Amino acid sequence: MANIRMTVNGRQVSGVCDDRTLLVHFIRENLGLTGTHVGCDTTQCGACVVDMDGQSVKSCSILAAQAAGSTITTIEGLAQNGDLHPVQEAFKAHHGLQCGFCTPGMVMTAVDMIRRHGGNLDEETVRAELEGNICRCTGYHNIVKAILAAAAEMGGSRQAAE
Amino acid sequence: MYQTNYHRASSVQEAVEMMSNVPEGKYLAGGMTLIPTMKQRLAAPSDLVDLRHITEMRGIMVDGRSVRIGAATTHEEVATSVEIRAVCPALCGLASHIGDPHVRHMGTIGGSIANNDPAADYPAAVLALDATIVTDRREITADDFFTGLFETALEDGEIITAIRFDAPATAAYQKFANPASRYAMTGVFVARRDNGEVRLAVTGAGSNGVFRHRGLEAALAANWSPDAVANVTVDASDLLSDLHASAAYRANLVRVMAKRAVAAA
Repeated sequence: MANIRMTVNGRQVSGVCDDRTLLVHFIRENLGLTGTHVGCDTTQCGACVVDMDGQSVKSCSILAAQAAGSTITTIEGLAQNGDLHPVQEAFKAHHGLQCGFCTPGMVMTAVDMIRRHGGNLDEETVRAELEGNICRCTGYHNIVKAILAAAAEMGGSRQAAE
Repeated sequence: MYQTNYHRASSVQEAVEMMSNVPEGKYLAGGMTLIPTMKQRLAAPSDLVDLRHITEMRGIMVDGRSVRIGAATTHEEVATSVEIRAVCPALCGLASHIGDPHVRHMGTIGGSIANNDPAADYPAAVLALDATIVTDRREITADDFFTGLFETALEDGEIITAIRFDAPATAAYQKFANPASRYAMTGVFVARRDNGEVRLAVTGAGSNGVFRHRGLEAALAANWSPDAVANVTVDASDLLSDLHASAAYRANLVRVMAKRAVAAA
């Protein structure tokens, strides 16, 4: 058995699980944070994407034990003081979801994408960057629109801050 | 996934010791192949020795045209390395198209090479760049390293610690990606040295894994031009044939990808 400690959404957490327990199951079952989803179970769909130590990862393909000691942000950790994250706002404004199953992974992926590319994202790059995330409802168009809108807003606000 | 025991090593020496004390252990790098394989119960190691936290295995060093990449360096780190881009941009391009962004944040060059998946991208680069595979106990040339499908010259318990090569004058990688999986159905890495020597390695197509094509190398050494590949015969009898593509189709792809790679170099 593994005794796991990590920081999740700014909070020190710990739990006991099998060495084989996947990070996504530790997050959902030990911590009760069910916003992170299990979709395909074959590392393809991206519904399980979380941020680990500043980078997006697929939590269905990492053991909780591998992530011990790391700093994790899940979809529950994005909103601050009741205000949605700009990416969440953009998904809402641009109808970037229908059933919503893929949305936590899409939003976490978008946040990481904007972190790496800033306001310089274009449509082709967004579509290429969504390689690891599958949505069966939207046809992606509104997801792409939402990410571009969020990137423009966040890039713009960053420039204003500088 | 079957039960397993997780161990985290903080040095290469500690990892080797941990491995020597367990019955059926496997080294765990980024885990982007191993964990999914274990989930499908296609692998069931008794123990995993995690190499991701060994600092001596991380990092990129470029000295002149000499490149050294720590085995635990991620695809993302190679893809975005300013130092590598300055001397061998083809390798950055290759790394930037492995898997997806999340996989590139975890997957490592050492893990990819040790696994030697017949459709993986890195083996083609390592072979065409005439790289040296540095392990905890010796150095292995790329020509001696890849020995078959998922097979390498690594001994039990041996760990790849770094990949080393001298950057060529020019290089390029072109792959024909499976439309669904995006794995290379055929990928060609070509590298040309200042003295005119050309090495060309093919991934995704060989029934025995990655291989060099001497006919294409000779043709390109004689005439460094995309047209030089037109009259080279690619023997389909040693190529993979599956639901994605027949051997004859792959044989043609080898030539087409070689042509595109030379044009892109």
